[in-house]
Amino acid sequence: MEPAEIASIAQHSGGAIGVAWLMIALPLVGAAVLLLGGRRTDKFGHLLGVLMAVASFVVGALVFVQLLGFAPGERRRGVTLFEFIPGLVDNVGLLVDPLSISFCLLITGVGSLIHIYSIGYMAHDPARRRFFAYLNLFVAAMLLLVLADNYLILFVGWEGVGLASYLLIGFWQHKPSAATAAKKAFIVNRVGDVGLLIAMFTIFATFHSLTFSGVLDRTGDASQGTLTAIGLLLLVGACGKSAQLPLQAWLLDAMEGPTPVSALIHAATMVTAGVYLIVRSGPIFEGTGTAQLVVTIVGVATLLAGAIIGTAKDDIKKALAGSTMSQIGYMVLAAGVGPAGYAFAIAHLITHGFFKANLFLGAGSVMHAMNDEVDMRKYGGLRTVMPITFATFLIGYLAIIGFPLLSGYFTKDGIIETAMEHSAVLGWLAVLGAGITGFYMSRLVFMTFFGKKRWDAKAHPHESPAVMTWPLILLSIGSIGLGAFLILGNRFMIFLSPAVGAPAHSPAFNPFSVPGLATLALVAVGAVFAWMRYGAAEVPATAPRGSFLTTFARRDLYGDALNEALFMRPGQWLTRLAVFFDNRGVDGLVNGLAAFIGGTSGRVRRIQTGFVRSYALSIFVGAAVLVGAWFVVGNL
Amino acid sequence: MTTHYLVLSALLFAIGGVGVLVRRNAIVVFMCVELMLNACNLAFVTFARQNGSLDGQVIAFFVMIVAAAEVVIGLAIIVTIFRTRRSASVDDASLLKH
Amino acid sequence: MPWLSTLMGVSVLGALGVTLIRNDKLAKQFTLLVSLIVLALTVTMAVQFSPNGDQWQFQENHSWIPAFGINYSLAVDGIALVLILLSVILVPIVVLASWHDAEKGKRSVRTYFSLILVLEAMMIGVFAATDVFLFYVLFEAMLIPMYFMIGSYGGAQRSYAAVKFLLYSLFGGLLMLVAVIALYSIAGKNTFMLSDLIGTVQDVNTQKWLFLGFFIAFAIKAPLWPFHTWLPDAAAQAPAGAAVLLVGVLDKVGTFGMLRFCLQLFPEASAYFTPLVIVLAVIGVIYGAIVAIGQTDMMRLIAYTSVSHFGVITLGVFAMTKGNPGAQDAGAGATLYMVNHGFSTGALFLIVGFLIYRRGSQFIADYGGVQKVAPILAGTFLVAGLSSLSLPGLSTFVSEFMVLSGAFRLHVPAAAIATIGVILAAIYILWMYQRTMNGPTAESVKTLPDLNAREKWVVAPLVALLLVFGFYPKPLLDVINPAVKDTLSSVSVTADQAAAATGVKEGK
Repeated sequence: MEPAEIASIAQHSGGAIGVAWLMIALPLVGAAVLLLGGRRTDKFGHLLGVLMAVASFVVGALVFVQLLGFAPGERRRGVTLFEFIPGLVDNVGLLVDPLSISFCLLITGVGSLIHIYSIGYMAHDPARRRFFAYLNLFVAAMLLLVLADNYLILFVGWEGVGLASYLLIGFWQHKPSAATAAKKAFIVNRVGDVGLLIAMFTIFATFHSLTFSGVLDRTGDASQGTLTAIGLLLLVGACGKSAQLPLQAWLLDAMEGPTPVSALIHAATMVTAGVYLIVRSGPIFEGTGTAQLVVTIVGVATLLAGAIIGTAKDDIKKALAGSTMSQIGYMVLAAGVGPAGYAFAIAHLITHGFFKANLFLGAGSVMHAMNDEVDMRKYGGLRTVMPITFATFLIGYLAIIGFPLLSGYFTKDGIIETAMEHSAVLGWLAVLGAGITGFYMSRLVFMTFFGKKRWDAKAHPHESPAVMTWPLILLSIGSIGLGAFLILGNRFMIFLSPAVGAPAHSPAFNPFSVPGLATLALVAVGAVFAWMRYGAAEVPATAPRGSFLTTFARRDLYGDALNEALFMRPGQWLTRLAVFFDNRGVDGLVNGLAAFIGGTSGRVRRIQTGFVRSYALSIFVGAAVLVGAWFVVGNL
Repeated sequence: MTTHYLVLSALLFAIGGVGVLVRRNAIVVFMCVELMLNACNLAFVTFARQNGSLDGQVIAFFVMIVAAAEVVIGLAIIVTIFRTRRSASVDDASLLKH
Repeated sequence: MPWLSTLMGVSVLGALGVTLIRNDKLAKQFTLLVSLIVLALTVTMAVQFSPNGDQWQFQENHSWIPAFGINYSLAVDGIALVLILLSVILVPIVVLASWHDAEKGKRSVRTYFSLILVLEAMMIGVFAATDVFLFYVLFEAMLIPMYFMIGSYGGAQRSYAAVKFLLYSLFGGLLMLVAVIALYSIAGKNTFMLSDLIGTVQDVNTQKWLFLGFFIAFAIKAPLWPFHTWLPDAAAQAPAGAAVLLVGVLDKVGTFGMLRFCLQLFPEASAYFTPLVIVLAVIGVIYGAIVAIGQTDMMRLIAYTSVSHFGVITLGVFAMTKGNPGAQDAGAGATLYMVNHGFSTGALFLIVGFLIYRRGSQFIADYGGVQKVAPILAGTFLVAGLSSLSLPGLSTFVSEFMVLSGAFRLHVPAAAIATIGVILAAIYILWMYQRTMNGPTAESVKTLPDLNAREKWVVAPLVALLLVFGFYPKPLLDVINPAVKDTLSSVSVTADQAAAATGVKEGK
């Protein structure tokens, strides 16, 4: 398939776009001040953190407004900042275009709300200042990732968000489980990074450039095989960051972090970076059908795997994490379809950012009320005690299952329709995934807010303070209206087309298509089934043993077991072997040589008996031998 | 004529050599060394006589002087060892081995 | 003004001066002062260096032993300049960090600081020497102060480590001496000047033997797998400051030597041995990292990470072959990596040294939950660790990326395998961090004090350098790039000439 036409980049100076770097710099300064300032900044640390995030959002909004002022074909603006590595990546530059600005608004917008929410959520934590420092660091790195105009700087942001994620998952690092989860997340991400690094080496070797403009405009120069290799390597990177199969294992453990972190990093923004990478590298994938096929397969496999995991989890955050995996699977699926799917992938990414952040923060609000209890079997009947949380959560729930006219309905339906057009098998699998979504999300809501109270004796649930409920309300407004706004009339697709290219023909939204109706029907079935099991029926306090399938889902489809058997155990074995080999083999050889020389000299020195007479004898013998030799030689 | 002197010199040298190798008493070993030196002196003088030159006699004087110096130092060492170790046997003075 | 001699002279006079001061505290302050003066002088010199001027600047040339054509000849190009800068930046930091390190034993405190200054003079000289014989003398002489620093002020196994270090290095050095003498007599020009010797050995077989003589010495020094086993012992037993100078600077002489002498003097032999060296380097990257994961002693762990990193540097140096379009990136990256690795490993050794000084144990198992009691120590430890695993945004990443990207264009599988090292790096650093800093606070570290003002002053410049050059490596690269280009052109020009020469020979 021919790559879709994308607009060229115009150099820009002046106005808000000229100072777009402020978006990154402000939260970075916030992080630096809070980390270097130490305890002196404890008092106002959280306020500074929020201020920087909001300020960054304001700059982003101004940039957006200025960008809208240009004609669509001129909406890709490059800003050069400073010189970097001569010959490799000459300049650090930012690329402000419809794609990156969409991300910026999502990151800073949802990010600001989560910052505000955290003031309340982390109010009792002695290390709240450090928390806000890390959050600010994350926002800066994430913005660097999406604003970079070349792969290398993208990678700097990519690893920056990885670092922030590491720090925040392990924020309660006195808990060994949190520290282990943080390390695991970082290491699994590094596996993806190797893919991304090698992709960059290949890109540079092929195109002699790492800038988006230098690479993506010239994909025609490269052979099909090279493009496939680059595409697959980029996909490995995307899988690591976006928790797609087979690098999904870290995301569920990452729920060890404080809940706002799960909402911001592990639901709304960072984990979608893989989707961004694929969409941004669109022309590479469009040049190679193989890589696109693999992308769609990974997407579908993950959307089903995540959904199945979500059905079996009793931990509210882990159920939501499975759901995140699944939803990102939808986005990857759409991104793999090509220009027809990009707009839906990003639109779903944005609406998902809203409703999933809404759901996570709602879950956080519930946990806050229930003494940090995460087991849904100990919830129940919370809707009367926490009306605002319940209402906002309900909106998020309806949005994610694709209840008609809410955000998720439009964007997910768009993905399913596009996938269906691309390949019927993929399409119907995506429909099936939507049905499972209907089941597990309903299960989650019924177990938490409906049914009997199964609380611990110590729990005294109460509604959260306003600083936590207001972000919920704002996010649920987004969860309601954003989908219709973006999708109806192909508004978002047209806005995005200068950056990613327009599809061959514009899809028209059809609420009565067969897949659409089938999706609704399956979701309804799932919801009703969940009501029968968890709404109407009694929920047992401990999880029933369940069938083989339940165990399969509960144990994350044996992902961890597989990693342990394939990598961890052989790795440990290899490490021990290598240490042994180094001490006994390589060093043993050296020490052995030394011991041999030492031993030999020890034996030789025994000739020195200390008896004068034997020395004298040896002198005589020596003299006799010399004289004898002289005679022999002389006579020759 | 010369042969007799040389045979005597060789005999003396051999006696001295065997003495150095087999005797344990440091004084006797020492005397045997002197015997070997004097056997050499005899050979030097014999050759000097035969060749009609003074070189051999001059060397014999040098040897005597060295021998005298050696006696002074050697006896001093032997006496010191005897004082500290109550023995004049060369086999007992083997502390520098290894 | 003879800048380079002045730098060395100030260090040596400082070293003598330190031994004359009777008061230990005064002696330390004097050492710090001298090292800062040397730093200031070097910076002044570096400012006057013009990157696009002559390849060799600040030349000094005096006849030393005319009978053999040996000269006291110093000059710097961009590569030598940045390495000298690295040395003189690290010395005051090490002096400040080792403030109390020499007091534990019975040995003289003054002597320790005097040795540091002697070493500084030699480090400057070895990078600046343009006479092969002078280089050899300084290369070997550097062992002496380091031997005493390890052997007299080190840990429990110090004499074993010091002797091992000395014998290993001497062995390599003697091979090099043979090669130096052979080079002198084969060239037959009665000179040891590097510039005169380049291109004199035409016969490829002779080149191969001479190359091995030099290369083994440098491979031991670097240390390249499998010549690395002296390093973990030496680094684990040396006081932290000496370990920094040992791994941060002395070992760089190995990779620097490969770049300066092996490649330039024996271009054909280098090309011949490149596949072998690349295999060794890649093995070193992976092997060093795997063995590092399995260590229980923090100092040994860091030493093994360096084995891994030196693999990357060597890979970069030997990717500087003719016909590799990424040669410039690989060479500049390797040089930059030498500098960055000095800062990064230096920071790691020093911070771990602070930790060990407090608790008195090098073993990871004796720690746990230090973050809770000493957050600044833990934070700086993490930053240093992240630089060791080449996190983007820290300077080591820039150099590692340049090396791997350059090497990738020469040999795809080698670079790809070496890239896997970044996963292993994450494992060894983060696992060590988790076991020492995270989790419940161990009983034995509950009263551990956080970094004091002196220690903060030690760490701050290193972290600042890592961050600044991570985002803005251009000042260093501007100096390095022309020098690498000159080196490359001398490699390929002589190679062409040699090819022409052999062609003529065969034609006859």
